[in-house]
Amino acid sequence: MNQTRKIYGGSVDWITVFIWLALCIIGWFNIRAAVFDPQHASLVSLSTNYGKQFLYIVVCLLVASAVMIIDGKFYNYISPLLYGITLLLLVIVLIVGRNVGGNQAWIPIGTFRLQPSEFAKLGACLLLARYLSSHSNKMPNLKTLLFGAFILFVPVLLIMLQPDTGSALTFFALTLVFYREGYVSGQFLSFAFVCIVLFILTLLFSQWYIIGALAILCALSIYMFKRSRKMIQSIVIGFIASSFFVLMVDFVYEHILQTHQRNRIDVILGKVDDPRGQGYNLNQSKIAIGSGQLFGKGYLQGTQTKYNFVPEQSTDFIFCTVGEEWGFVGSMVVVLLYVALLLRITQLAERQRSAFARIYGYGVASIFFFHFFINIGMTIGIVPVIGIPLPFLSYGGSSLLSFTMLLFILLKFDSNRKGVV
Amino acid sequence: MNNSFFERKYIIQGIFIIAAFLLACRLFYLQIIDDSYILSANNNVLRKVVVYPARGVILDRTGKILVQNEPVYDLMVTPREVKPFDTLALCELIGIDKEGFDKRYQKAVNFSPYRASIFEKQLSAQTYARLQEKLFQFRGFYVQNRTVRSYPDSVAAQFLGYINEVTEKDIERSNHFYRPGDYIGVSGVERAYEELLRGQRGVQNLMVDAFNRPKGHFMDGKYDTLAVAGEGLVSSLDLELQKLAEKLMKNKRGSVVAIEPSTGEILAFASTPSYDPNMMVGRERGNNYMKLLNDPNKPMFIRPIQAQYPPGSVFKVVSALVAQQANMIDEHTRWNCPGGYSYGGGRGFMRCTHVHGTIDLPAAIQGSCNTYFGHVYARMIDQRKMKSTNAYSLWRDAVMKFGIAQELGVDLPNEKKGLLPTADFYSKRYGNDKWGSGYNISNSIGQGEVEITTLQMANIMAIVANRGHYFRPHLIKSIGEKKVVKKEFTEKISVDIDQKYFEPVIEGMSRVVKYNANIRIPDIEMCGKTGTAQNPHGKHHSVFFAFAPRVNPKIAIAVFVENVGYGATYAAPIASMMVEKYLKDTISMSKAVQERVLKESNLIVPDAPETTEQTTSKLSPTKRKIEKNVEYVRHSEVALINDTKKQTTENQIIQGR
Repeated sequence: MNQTRKIYGGSVDWITVFIWLALCIIGWFNIRAAVFDPQHASLVSLSTNYGKQFLYIVVCLLVASAVMIIDGKFYNYISPLLYGITLLLLVIVLIVGRNVGGNQAWIPIGTFRLQPSEFAKLGACLLLARYLSSHSNKMPNLKTLLFGAFILFVPVLLIMLQPDTGSALTFFALTLVFYREGYVSGQFLSFAFVCIVLFILTLLFSQWYIIGALAILCALSIYMFKRSRKMIQSIVIGFIASSFFVLMVDFVYEHILQTHQRNRIDVILGKVDDPRGQGYNLNQSKIAIGSGQLFGKGYLQGTQTKYNFVPEQSTDFIFCTVGEEWGFVGSMVVVLLYVALLLRITQLAERQRSAFARIYGYGVASIFFFHFFINIGMTIGIVPVIGIPLPFLSYGGSSLLSFTMLLFILLKFDSNRKGVV
Repeated sequence: MNNSFFERKYIIQGIFIIAAFLLACRLFYLQIIDDSYILSANNNVLRKVVVYPARGVILDRTGKILVQNEPVYDLMVTPREVKPFDTLALCELIGIDKEGFDKRYQKAVNFSPYRASIFEKQLSAQTYARLQEKLFQFRGFYVQNRTVRSYPDSVAAQFLGYINEVTEKDIERSNHFYRPGDYIGVSGVERAYEELLRGQRGVQNLMVDAFNRPKGHFMDGKYDTLAVAGEGLVSSLDLELQKLAEKLMKNKRGSVVAIEPSTGEILAFASTPSYDPNMMVGRERGNNYMKLLNDPNKPMFIRPIQAQYPPGSVFKVVSALVAQQANMIDEHTRWNCPGGYSYGGGRGFMRCTHVHGTIDLPAAIQGSCNTYFGHVYARMIDQRKMKSTNAYSLWRDAVMKFGIAQELGVDLPNEKKGLLPTADFYSKRYGNDKWGSGYNISNSIGQGEVEITTLQMANIMAIVANRGHYFRPHLIKSIGEKKVVKKEFTEKISVDIDQKYFEPVIEGMSRVVKYNANIRIPDIEMCGKTGTAQNPHGKHHSVFFAFAPRVNPKIAIAVFVENVGYGATYAAPIASMMVEKYLKDTISMSKAVQERVLKESNLIVPDAPETTEQTTSKLSPTKRKIEKNVEYVRHSEVALINDTKKQTTENQIIQGR
């Protein structure tokens, strides 16, 4: 009796549930607006995206309830199996998958399509948490880090074969988990950040200018720290490393990246101005959001999204509908809900007694964060176009279900955090 | 438990917050600071579609259609939406070749790949029907319907005028009221009543989707305006009479104007050679236009108001009226006609057609006696106890009241004034003001410097019919559904001649018709007068003017046939048939005369264009000066040369007594 009350009542984190529900509902209304056609205005017809999404939300409610009923330990035990299943699905999709828009990412099941890469995140997240938690009583070491990274690497490899770069990139967000657990240092994060900055600068300017600028910077630093031999040493090493990196950028850019990826980067950097061609998606997306102004055009009044100017307006570009119809105010509500969700998740993760639950919690937060920042950032032109959904808002059963499961498994852990997982 | 890195949660949370802050800043910039996106959004979605109003329909006085609108179909193309298709099939359907296709397509691409532009103009209904079946094969093409003018009876081309696409100049002149692609009246009624006929453009603010497909009206049509069709016009023309006039004038050069004296409404307005107004419509329009423009017969010349001729005998009518009003003659004033009028102390002699003997005013009108009117003119100029220049000015003022040498204000553009020189003109010409009637005696019989249009001639007949007043001749009877009549057309204009002075003149005119079996109309007393306008450059112009019936006149008419010779060979029978047709709806004229008038042979003389120009344009001042010295001689010569011919013809046709 007491146990039941704990699960369904007091110790469920209703704040998170509320945010989840709010985002799902906002998502549903915006999907409806994105594809709205006054001639076919029925609310739950399965022939429309919003009709299907309604069904998915109901399914997710049931699945969420189920997740909450199942004992928390189960997820720890099941994680290798779940990981294996998702890998299997990722292999299957390469064989029987349906190719949509150049990505072989969907397994057709009746009229529905399953996107294994969404569930792979869940599998990988759980297994990583299990693996790292089993080593949590030791000091973080490289071997553990490498094996943890390997857990992520396998699904990334399989997803890259589809090829679905966006989904694959998501796994890199789990770097934050390694950081939190001490496997990578703050310097590494800074280093990654510097690399990104250098990468962008190199694309914008000639690599020799960058190396020249770096040289001047180093010379100044050496002059400043001329007393410390150690500093000078690391500055010189840093200079050599970054010069090498800069020289590599061009090669990577020209030979490793695919044309459409290069184009997306060029567009975001303003190197090409082609609003009708390569920059069409981004330009239309910015027009839709920008034309929303402070309070938006009003529900179902958005013209850019409704009349198909914005591509993928109910999936990857769902935020355009929010921006256009609800304006800055509505956009900020969504952004703040995500921030609240992310902060709440970290908080939940930190209050777990078990390392498994904590690591898993950070995994969930990292994945949500990556999706949230990249997706919205792409619609407003601060990151290149990477086709990944906005959690709970974008249309799509697979992503909604996998995000919901990710979240509610954490809530399950949280609800009996005082027990031993 | 190893949780030694718990403080790192702050870093991670910090990253989350910073990232969200970045997004918020960017959103703030896009949505609040940068206003350009709202404009881009409207550009994306809103399409202003101009709805062209139907141009006003023009009816004849009995409600029959003169001009109506007919649907045509413009083939439009939006290059970006075009998918590969069978170009040859399309070319065949609309009747162009591959080269033409490429040219048109390139033009459309140059205009805009994203916006629709006209690919081929004005497809006929038949072509459209064939095209429509297969249109689905040609993605990016669609058909937009419009209306063009259509003239069911192909008559009254010069009166109706035509419309054309506006030029850059038109647009500028209209303060950008017109837009490229609009149509504007260029001549005739279409131009004179452009403001009424054109109607009001409507605008629809359509929303389109990314594929340029219309998705409904912006704000449910809140900012849309309806197109307002142009006002319909009821013209004063009588379609049947007009058709008859054009039929009778076929193969001749000249004009016919018939006026209803009690209103000033123009019943017929024929100008030949003419053209089918339908030529100025449709895809062949450009070629046809050039053809008409280069035609030596100048079919686009609006003769009734633009061709200026020596008035000839009609002037005698005016002269008689003016002299009576000035108390210089009365109906019993007699002069002897010995076969001509000698003036300038015997230095000059103006021949008359006959030896009329001693005749009074009605007889002088009837016989068109040059001698008599030479005397009348001499009295008016030389015997008024004032300087002859002043007397001339007085005479000129009185004559001008009949609408001579001034625009009558007909509702058509480019009306010509005609000519009646001022006293100054003669003073300048002769170097002093000591001249008298002998210096311009030809004015007395409507020759010399005087010029008049057919419309003015018909109007003089209306004045005589009304016994002293007229209404501004006009072609549009009423405007719109409310039948508005322009105020200036209801104003009675007096010529300041007392009614009693008209009777002797009318009596003379009545006798002209009474004694000519060919043009007499049973049961109707028509009063008319033949005229022969001398033309030093070729055959004379045949003129006839008349009104009928004598009491309570219903029609006044002037017929001018160029270069067909003397007397009223053509003009009088034409006028007679017109009058009878209008009053009795039949034609009782003998078949022989009818056939002669209608005969198919072309009466337009080959050297005609030159002649027309010389007849209708004023001679240059220098030329006039040179001719000054030969003037006295000329009249006698002309009269002499033509004497024989003229005598015979007039005897046969007119005088027939």
